[in-house]
Amino acid sequence: MFPDRIKFLFCALILSCGWISFPSLAQLNIEIFGGGAARIPIAIVPFADENRLQQNITSVIGADLQRTGLFKLVDTSGASPHAPADVVFPDWVNRGASALVIGRTVAMPGDQVEIQFRLMDVSKKTQLTGLGITVPSSQLRSAAHRIADVIYEALTGDVGVFSTRIAYVLKQGNKYALQVADADGYNAQSIIEYNEPIISPAWSPDGNRLAYVSFENKKPVVYVQTLATRQRHAVANFKGSNSAPAWSPDGNRLAVVLTGQGGSQIFLINADGSGLQRLSRSSGIDTEPNFSPDGRYILFTSDRGGSPQIYRMAVTQSENPNAERMTFEGSYNVSPDYSHNGKSYTFIHRNNNQFNVAVQEIGSRQVQILTNSKFDESPSFAPNGKMILYATEINGRGILSAVSSDGQTKQHLSVQSGDIREPAWGPLPKWK
Amino acid sequence: MKKLLSVSLIVLLSACASQTTQPEVDDLNSGSNMGNTNLSGSGSGRPGYFNQLQDPNSILSQRSVYYDFDSYSVKGEYREMVLAHAKLLRDNPDASVILQGNTDDRGSREYNLALGQRRADGVRNMMALAGAGDSQIEAVSFGEEKPRALGSGESAWSQNRRTDIVYRGE
Repeated sequence: MFPDRIKFLFCALILSCGWISFPSLAQLNIEIFGGGAARIPIAIVPFADENRLQQNITSVIGADLQRTGLFKLVDTSGASPHAPADVVFPDWVNRGASALVIGRTVAMPGDQVEIQFRLMDVSKKTQLTGLGITVPSSQLRSAAHRIADVIYEALTGDVGVFSTRIAYVLKQGNKYALQVADADGYNAQSIIEYNEPIISPAWSPDGNRLAYVSFENKKPVVYVQTLATRQRHAVANFKGSNSAPAWSPDGNRLAVVLTGQGGSQIFLINADGSGLQRLSRSSGIDTEPNFSPDGRYILFTSDRGGSPQIYRMAVTQSENPNAERMTFEGSYNVSPDYSHNGKSYTFIHRNNNQFNVAVQEIGSRQVQILTNSKFDESPSFAPNGKMILYATEINGRGILSAVSSDGQTKQHLSVQSGDIREPAWGPLPKWK
Repeated sequence: MKKLLSVSLIVLLSACASQTTQPEVDDLNSGSNMGNTNLSGSGSGRPGYFNQLQDPNSILSQRSVYYDFDSYSVKGEYREMVLAHAKLLRDNPDASVILQGNTDDRGSREYNLALGQRRADGVRNMMALAGAGDSQIEAVSFGEEKPRALGSGESAWSQNRRTDIVYRGE
C-alpha cells in the first residue's frame, strides 16, 4: 500500500562552492550548497504563539523561499519582534538582513487560526507588504505557502508558485499510483492506483482535472479524471495505442496521439471524447504534442527528418499548413513543454548518451542545456517560468528534480521508497 | 498607518480529501471509441487452434519477435513464425491477436511508445500481406513500460526490443 503522506527529501544546491546547513529546517533535510552572492538575505522571525499550533508556519515559509535558491535565511536568534514597533532596525542591518518577516498567530473559536504577517524593508525601515489570513488549523501549511508567495512576489517581482500542486507517477514494486502533492511534496494523495503502468499526466488549465495514459486495459488508453469527484472517462480508446494527452489552453480540447490510421499521429478531440479531428500528417512518428499558451501552436516530437526532433505547427492549419523544425543540434530532441508566456520551451536533448534538460528561446532559437545528469525525462515548466521540474535517476532510482530556468539552482525530490517519474507542474491556483 | 489586508484563504486541497484506489469508470464514448480489448476468455469452449499455440513442437508456440538496436523491421529468422500466425488467422476468421510492441528504456516514454508501435505495426503489416484480416489484428505499444528483462545493458535491452503476439481469449 502507498502511504497517504509521503515526505520528500529536498536537497537544494546552488552551483558553486561550500556548504551551509540550516538545522532548524532538518525535518525536510534541506541542504544548500554554495555561496550565491546574489541571494536576498531575509530574516524570518518565528511568529508570536506559532509554537502552540499543530503546524509551524515560519519554517514552511523559510523552506519555500530557500528552495528557489534566491534567498538566504538570516539567523534570528535572540530577537523576537512581532510588531513593527518592536523592530530594532540597526540590529537587522548588523545581521546582514535586507528583508525582515514578522507576524503573530491568534487562535480563534471553531479551530480557526488568524495569522498576521508583515514584510519589512530593513534599510528603508518601512513595511513592504502585509497580509491577514484566517484559516482552519488543518490549512496552516497552505496559509504558509500563501504568505511565501506574497513575500516572493514582493521581493522578486515574479509570481510565486508555492501554492501550486504537482502530479507524478509513483512506482512501488508492481504498483503504480498517479499522485498529486503540494509543490513542496507534502499532502501527497493517490488519484488512482493500478498494477499496470500509468504515464503522461497532464493538468487541465483550471487545475481541476488530470488527463493521463493508463495501461490497465492491456493497451494505452487516454483518460480524463476530475480530482474533486474522482470521476473519470476514457477520452481516447480507439483501436491501437492512445497516448500523449495535452490540453488546449481553454480546457475544452485535448491533443492526443493515435495509431489507428497508421504511424503515431496527432489528433484533436473534445474533452468529452467527441469531435475527433486529425491534426498531423506524416508517414512517421508525430507525438508529445504541447499547446502554446495562446492556443495557436503545437510543439511536438517527430522523426520525419530521420531522427526525433522538435517541430511546431499551427493548430488552425489554414494559417500555416507546414510544420517548422525547431531543433537542429544533435540527433535526439524530445518532450517539448512551453513556458507560461510562450516565449521559450523546455525539452530533453541527448548528447553522448546523456539525456539532459534544455531550454530553447523561440525568438532567437538559442538553446541552453541546464543539467548534467544522465537520464533526465519529462521536463515541465513551473507556471511562473522560473523552475523546471523533471524526472531523473540517482543510483538506479527514479527521483524528481527541479532546476531554475537559468540553470543556477537545483533541488532533488525523492520518496523514501519507490521510483517517482512523469512529473507535471500544475497551474496557478485561481486566486492568482 | 499600517494596514493589514484581510483575505480568507481558499481551500485548495478539498479535492483530495480521501484516498481512493479504483475510480468509477464512466466511458462516455465506448460506442465511437472502441473499448474492446478483453483479453480474458469469452466463456465458451476454447477453439481447436489453442492446442497448436501451446504445443512446444509447433512454431506457433513462438510468440516474440526480437529486434536489433534502433531497428523496426522483422528479421529473417522470425519471418516463418510470423507467417505461420498469419496463416492461422487466415484459416480461423474468429481468431484475433493483439501485437504488443516494446522498446528498451532509454529516452522519452512517449517517444518509446511510438517506437514500440512501429514494431507492432511492422508485424501487423507482414501478417496482413499474408492474408490475415484487418479486424483480426490490433497493433498496440507498451513502449518501455513492460520490460521483460530488468536492468540496463545490452543483454537486458535486447530482450526488451520485441513484439509479442497475444491471442484474444488466451
